[in-house]
Amino acid sequence: MSRYFTEEHEWIDVEGDTATVGITDYAQEQLGDIVFVELPDVGTIVEQGGDAAVVESVKAASDVYAPISGEVTEANSALEDDPALVNTSPEEDGWFFKLTISDKSELEGLMDEKTYVVFVEGL
Amino acid sequence: MSDGNYSVTDDLSDTHPDDMPEQQVLPLDAWHRARGGRMVEFAGYQMPIQYTGEGGGIVAEHEWTRNHAGLFDVSHMGQLLVSGEGADAALEALLPIDLSTLKLGMQRYSLLLDENGGVLDDLMVSRWPRDVFLVVNGATKWDDIAHLREHLPDDVTLNHLQDRALLALQGPEAFAVLDRHATGEYPLSALTFMKFGLFTVAGVEMAVSRSGYTGEDGFEISLPAEDAEKIATLLCGEPEVKPIGLGARDSLRLEAGLPLYGHDLDTGTNPVSAGLMFALNKSRREAGGWMGHEAIAPVLASGPATKRVGLIVEGRLPAREGAPVFAGESQIGHVTSGGFSPTLGYPIAMAYIDAGHAADGTRVQIEVRSKRLDARVAPMPFVPHRYYRGEPR
Repeated sequence: MSRYFTEEHEWIDVEGDTATVGITDYAQEQLGDIVFVELPDVGTIVEQGGDAAVVESVKAASDVYAPISGEVTEANSALEDDPALVNTSPEEDGWFFKLTISDKSELEGLMDEKTYVVFVEGL
Repeated sequence: MSDGNYSVTDDLSDTHPDDMPEQQVLPLDAWHRARGGRMVEFAGYQMPIQYTGEGGGIVAEHEWTRNHAGLFDVSHMGQLLVSGEGADAALEALLPIDLSTLKLGMQRYSLLLDENGGVLDDLMVSRWPRDVFLVVNGATKWDDIAHLREHLPDDVTLNHLQDRALLALQGPEAFAVLDRHATGEYPLSALTFMKFGLFTVAGVEMAVSRSGYTGEDGFEISLPAEDAEKIATLLCGEPEVKPIGLGARDSLRLEAGLPLYGHDLDTGTNPVSAGLMFALNKSRREAGGWMGHEAIAPVLASGPATKRVGLIVEGRLPAREGAPVFAGESQIGHVTSGGFSPTLGYPIAMAYIDAGHAADGTRVQIEVRSKRLDARVAPMPFVPHRYYRGEPR
């Protein structure tokens, strides 16, 4: 399994043709207390860089973009009852949705963990 | 992920009078940064939206203020002194306030209105020994000053006290903390809600009013800018006090049902729609003689077409500023402030809606990202005020 990162602070775990998407620890820290997560319905076709979810923190609503294109196969229902999971476990239990990857070549433009860490340090 | 727009950020891209300084750094700028303040642009300054580290974060800061005491730096607000023999009459021509009943040591909420009855700003007015003291919003202070200069006669002096800072100490433990340090012309316990007096803390003389913007008991403290760090450090050294950022300030005032200028009030709203009739002092409502009266008189007579109401939103998805409000298929208004209430655990909002739908309990819907959320009109404040009016403690 490989994990990739976007400049918009999403992470994506890739296993074969399926992927799991969430936002990074840096992102949750910037957003603050998360009170609601609006997830895509199963079957939604998302496009790389397009809107996929919305995170509502106490202070604002923020869009979450799809790191790559694909069809949503599952949304994390645990976030409905406990949106704060995104704060407490952003890169594990607080995942957003899973999708079937439509074009693996899109992964080439994403960062690996090491590159992302350097990217965040530069912010 | 996109960085959302901070709901408390004011856009200052409008043109400003020439006398607005280019570089504006608040007296406590470095102090906030040293304490982990996450600085954002607000009202032309860099201000802390929240603090990082233990006890930081909007919800933690919000809850701390409701349970203990929070120190807010509101030095961006404009502190103005109006002096001269004709000061009262000149101000009464601009504000719907009865200054004859504003005695020394009293403070009152008022409104700066334009010719159309629109709200230019909301402000606090207090009677100082020789002057009338105004505290106006940071984002509007330069426009307010220009407006006042234009309309005040030459023999009335307007002083912008740019060398003063303004701190707010808010919360149920605010009194205990300030009482530990303050000496004054009378005991701090005699300073009840909307009174002001001169007190000394650690050798610094300050004008203290019992008021604030959180719905809690608390104080607003005007002091020399050069002493702000010393006093902020002293107060935050007390176990009851933590510094609180703009984020919690916004969620606290929303729960308290207090309108925020630029969001819930602007030149397109009139005081009657806004539910701020109390700011139109009784003796002056009909007599008039203040800017905006001619436009507001018919609204007073026949009632406003729209009203500012509180809304409780079902579910957890917050409805924010700009969201349209519906009754069935017809749009009846829009949200002007909204967010998740940390104290209540559900989303709340303020909206202007058609007066016919404004009764408490009326069911409405709010549209958020093409979804309709059920909501109902609710009385404000959402969280009861706990002002100290002199009842037995």
